[in-house]
Amino acid sequence: MIRFLLNGLDVALDNPDPTMTLQDYLRETRGLTGTKEGCNEGDCGACTVSVASLEGDSLTHRAVNACILFLPQLHGKSVHTVEGITGPDGELHPVQQAMVDHHGSQCGFCTPGFVMSLYTAHRDGRTDFDDVLAGNLCRCTGYAPIIRAAEAAAAIAQPKWLVDEADHIRALDDGQDLMLDDGFLPATLDSFANWYAANPGATIVGGATDVGLWVTKMLKNIAPVVFLHRLTELAEIKTTAEGIRIGAGVTIARLRGAMAGLHPDFAELLRRYGSVQVRNSATIGGNIANGSPIGDSPPALIALGATVTLRHGKDRREIPLEDFFIAYGKQNRKPGEFVESIFIPAQPDTLRCYKISKRFDQDISAQCGCFNITVKDGTVTAARIAFGGMAATPKRANAVETALIGQPWNEETIRAAMTKLATDYQPISDMRASADYRLKTAANLLQRYYVESDHKLSETRLVGRGAA
Amino acid sequence: MSVAKPNPHDSGPKHVSGQAIYVDDIPMPSNTVHLAFGLSERARAKITKLDLSAVRTAQGVIDVLTADDLPFANDVSPSVHDEPLLATGEVFYHGQPMFLVVADSHLNARKAARLAEVDYDDLPALLTIEDAIAADSKFEEPVIWQVGEPYDDAPHTLSGSIDIGGQEHFYLEGQAAAAIPREDDMIVHSSTQHPTEIQHKVAEALGTPFNAVRVETRRMGGGFGGKESQGNALAVACAIVARRLNRPAKMRYDRDDDMIITGKRHDFRIDYAVGFDDTGRIDSLTFDQFTRCGWAQDLSLAIADRAMLHADNAYFLPNVRITSHRLKTNTVSNTAYRGFGGPQGMLAMERVIDHIAHYLGIDPWEVRKSNFYGKGRDKTPYHQTVEDNLAPEMMAALASRSDYWARKAEIAEFNAQSPILKKGIAMTPVKFGISFTLTHLNQAGALVHVYADGSIHLNHGGTEMGQGLFTKVAQVAAEVFGQPLDAVKITATDTGKVPNTSATAASSGSDLNGMACKNACEKIRDRLVAFAAERWQVTPDAIRFTDGIVEIGDQPIPFGELTKAAYENRVQLSATGFYKTPKIEWNRRAGRGRPFFYFAYGAAATEVIIDTLTGENRILRTDILHDVGKSLNPAIDIGQIEGGYVQGAGWLTTEELVFDDKGRLRTHAPSTYKIPACADRPKIFNVALYNNENREDTIYRSKAVGEPPFMLGISAFLALSDAIASCGEAYPALNAPATAETILRTVDRVKGQPW
Repeated sequence: MIRFLLNGLDVALDNPDPTMTLQDYLRETRGLTGTKEGCNEGDCGACTVSVASLEGDSLTHRAVNACILFLPQLHGKSVHTVEGITGPDGELHPVQQAMVDHHGSQCGFCTPGFVMSLYTAHRDGRTDFDDVLAGNLCRCTGYAPIIRAAEAAAAIAQPKWLVDEADHIRALDDGQDLMLDDGFLPATLDSFANWYAANPGATIVGGATDVGLWVTKMLKNIAPVVFLHRLTELAEIKTTAEGIRIGAGVTIARLRGAMAGLHPDFAELLRRYGSVQVRNSATIGGNIANGSPIGDSPPALIALGATVTLRHGKDRREIPLEDFFIAYGKQNRKPGEFVESIFIPAQPDTLRCYKISKRFDQDISAQCGCFNITVKDGTVTAARIAFGGMAATPKRANAVETALIGQPWNEETIRAAMTKLATDYQPISDMRASADYRLKTAANLLQRYYVESDHKLSETRLVGRGAA
Repeated sequence: MSVAKPNPHDSGPKHVSGQAIYVDDIPMPSNTVHLAFGLSERARAKITKLDLSAVRTAQGVIDVLTADDLPFANDVSPSVHDEPLLATGEVFYHGQPMFLVVADSHLNARKAARLAEVDYDDLPALLTIEDAIAADSKFEEPVIWQVGEPYDDAPHTLSGSIDIGGQEHFYLEGQAAAAIPREDDMIVHSSTQHPTEIQHKVAEALGTPFNAVRVETRRMGGGFGGKESQGNALAVACAIVARRLNRPAKMRYDRDDDMIITGKRHDFRIDYAVGFDDTGRIDSLTFDQFTRCGWAQDLSLAIADRAMLHADNAYFLPNVRITSHRLKTNTVSNTAYRGFGGPQGMLAMERVIDHIAHYLGIDPWEVRKSNFYGKGRDKTPYHQTVEDNLAPEMMAALASRSDYWARKAEIAEFNAQSPILKKGIAMTPVKFGISFTLTHLNQAGALVHVYADGSIHLNHGGTEMGQGLFTKVAQVAAEVFGQPLDAVKITATDTGKVPNTSATAASSGSDLNGMACKNACEKIRDRLVAFAAERWQVTPDAIRFTDGIVEIGDQPIPFGELTKAAYENRVQLSATGFYKTPKIEWNRRAGRGRPFFYFAYGAAATEVIIDTLTGENRILRTDILHDVGKSLNPAIDIGQIEGGYVQGAGWLTTEELVFDDKGRLRTHAPSTYKIPACADRPKIFNVALYNNENREDTIYRSKAVGEPPFMLGISAFLALSDAIASCGEAYPALNAPATAETILRTVDRVKGQPW
């Protein structure tokens, strides 16, 4: 039985289709048509809902896209839709009232999604609205009145009718493995490892921000499906003197938090990974295991010398992350084996991450360059450089690294190394960028790294960390 | 007073609480079927085999239709009957509907639609503007308008060309329709800007007169022109299936299908040759406008006309020739989009000004001043006189408000000290003609009922797509009756209530429907006055409708009491209203007449910053002064201006439609097609209304506001060009959209390092 709360009321679903999306369930089964389908791929945010769950002992509210969220992912959680945040007498929530008062809706179709993103931010006291709303597209307003509404609502207290659902949520999950006809929701990591070793053809769902599209866009049958969100061991972040170990089930949102102090440029890169809704669902394990050549975290992790731990049943092996990616669509992962964790060795922070895309927010990289260069006494002693979007996999720039190591840290060295990008990469032209642009900017990003080594970031950056 | 107040959108509380109903939200009977199209995977080919057996046997499939199954007209064109609903043996673009799947769910219909086995015999496909020019493929002979005699020996001459990309509407609500058969009638719900056309196309497809089809549209989740004609196919498909199966039918496009199937803003190449004096004043100018119309005509001729009609923007052109080439290609049939060709024509003119300024080494603002319309310089290339000419004074006011010269100097200083990041600024005017250029469309109707309790029921021919039309028209009704706005019930557009309507397009919604509503309300008010004068024995001029009551002489009477008494005395409390725009007449082939009742004006100054290592860029600040006449609703008008600007800036920057060499659209979802996101709006965004009564007798002397602000986005494009120009000596000759890649390429070319 899949159990969750919907607008405060208990829902128990006996053996649902494991790939029915929350959006379809709300609209077609429950008649809750306030949640809109704008793109059906997690890019427009019109379907945004607020999901509350226990992260450790604390209740956390997260905005997520209902269009690529499968019903079993809600097991043990609470979801609020735009119909479920008003007061008992139909009184509008402060963010709803502010959206009316500040003319934040025109056609109104994106509005429920904006309201739910703002509602979630309001619960958390977040006011970084450009980030909060990066995953909500509006075609009518130009966003200005929505920001005015958000700022006005931020000054108003939480309405009294909002309740703490922690105890209610705690009671939903009995801690036992849960089997559906075409799906499995393991309660423990060991249980998952054993089951997956025996069912290597199953589809693993972490956050479903990628797998969701296999269903909604490619119209694939992905059964059987195994859902990982109950595995608390997989969601751990452990810091030791040697480094930081990140469970594969850690969401990008939490990883961003963990990186903020250690490698702020990695955190800045993750700020531009998808949107709030995507980062709240997507997991680092998924971002690695899907093997995408344009995933944003692998180049940064490779540049940091990260290793990945793969597990099959009880067996584990640890390999450098760059060795995990073999070719397009091919990873160093055996049937029944899964990504369990990632380890980043402790190191001084010399990492810079540069993401190039058509739009700054909620866009897939045309290319993404991550540079980790150590200079001692004016000489390059170590260099780890990796790119996404430049090859069929995330890939290190070996020729560039070789051209740098042992050389004096000066413009001449950089100019020479810039010419080596074409040795390392033969990128393709596609709808995001031409091959020429990818190569040109890849080289220019090395120059940016060099300039940033002794200039203020405000001289090289337009957005985010360090920008004026 | 109801007009001129910043009333919130009437649906605001419903929008924010999820209660606003769009087509896909309408509860449907349980036997409703769901539809999806099977699409061509070739740009141009003969279909040699169409095996639908796997489609027919797929899960949940109830029926599958091809062109042979259509009982009457197989046509969804809004113009010349050249657009079959389903292909007939040959396909003309990648994504053309070939067959129609009927299933028990939306998802099952979509799944089945991919199972056809199709063999094609490929034919040569014309994909680009250059392909079509080479093949002389066109919808009509080039249209040429000429005034004076352009010449090539002016003191200074320049020539150039600009590529202008198309634009996906990206209305958040995709196309959707539903049809419910009822006896021998068909009830259609459609997300459309043009219910009357939906009615006509459905009637043609069902072989019935118009009176057997009723179309209702409560609201759209965005339109922007993309729902002027592009909803026809869905509504017709639903109606045909509903009649065939005698079951309700619903169809909505998945976002990818929507972007692949439906038309977009026309892309253009515009070549120019200009002659001018030392001050930059233009004496001779030729434009060659080439536009990619796609495979079917749709509204392309009128769109190409409007590009010609805005080739002058706000400038007097003594000797000018504009030639327009309407090219037929094997790509999606491009369609109406906010501005309707005007933005493309205007952008080329602003490019010419910018090019002249760069050549002469003077500020573009000085060149604009030298070329504005003015005394003795007031005839457009189409012979309409520019009577109000607000652009010069608005631009001067904006230059001052935005601190243009001081910032220009600061930017130069910044650029001198910043090797990587460069700033730019540009200030551009908008002069946009208001009226449908097809003169007979400039008419509208309204139907107003006042019930015995004094509540008012309002209906008119315009549609609500988010622009606040219903709110504005309701304000007009409330104003006439002196009632609070909430006394007016706004109701869905319905071809059964107001017939023979025009599309809600050309920014005309409030001008036309506001006037029709006023006409209807005044008829009822006049009857109430006549009744009250007799009943209370006062002269009619002693009766005033104000502040929610009716003052009859010295006596205040609640409106509801008056209407109750009027009803009991058998006074008719329902009326139709009608309006047709005066003064306009137009000969499009000759390019002569007065196509526009009036012009709406705007001025924008935008400052940007670019990264010369990557081409990435930001809008730092935008100042706008915009002319809406005497505003009907300043909040709604400012909303249109802010939203229009951002949409216009998006068109010219991040929004890139990429077709591959097979004619496939590669940017068919928001993952690959990038409209502006929240953080892309200007960091500083100052918008002000230019308070100025419309000199023409429009509804409460207001002006249309839907399209004109879109073109304020041109200032962002030229600001980028200005930033690029600071990198070297050459003129940037920037093409649109100015993606980061295009900007970097242009920067490096200007630096003399092309790649």
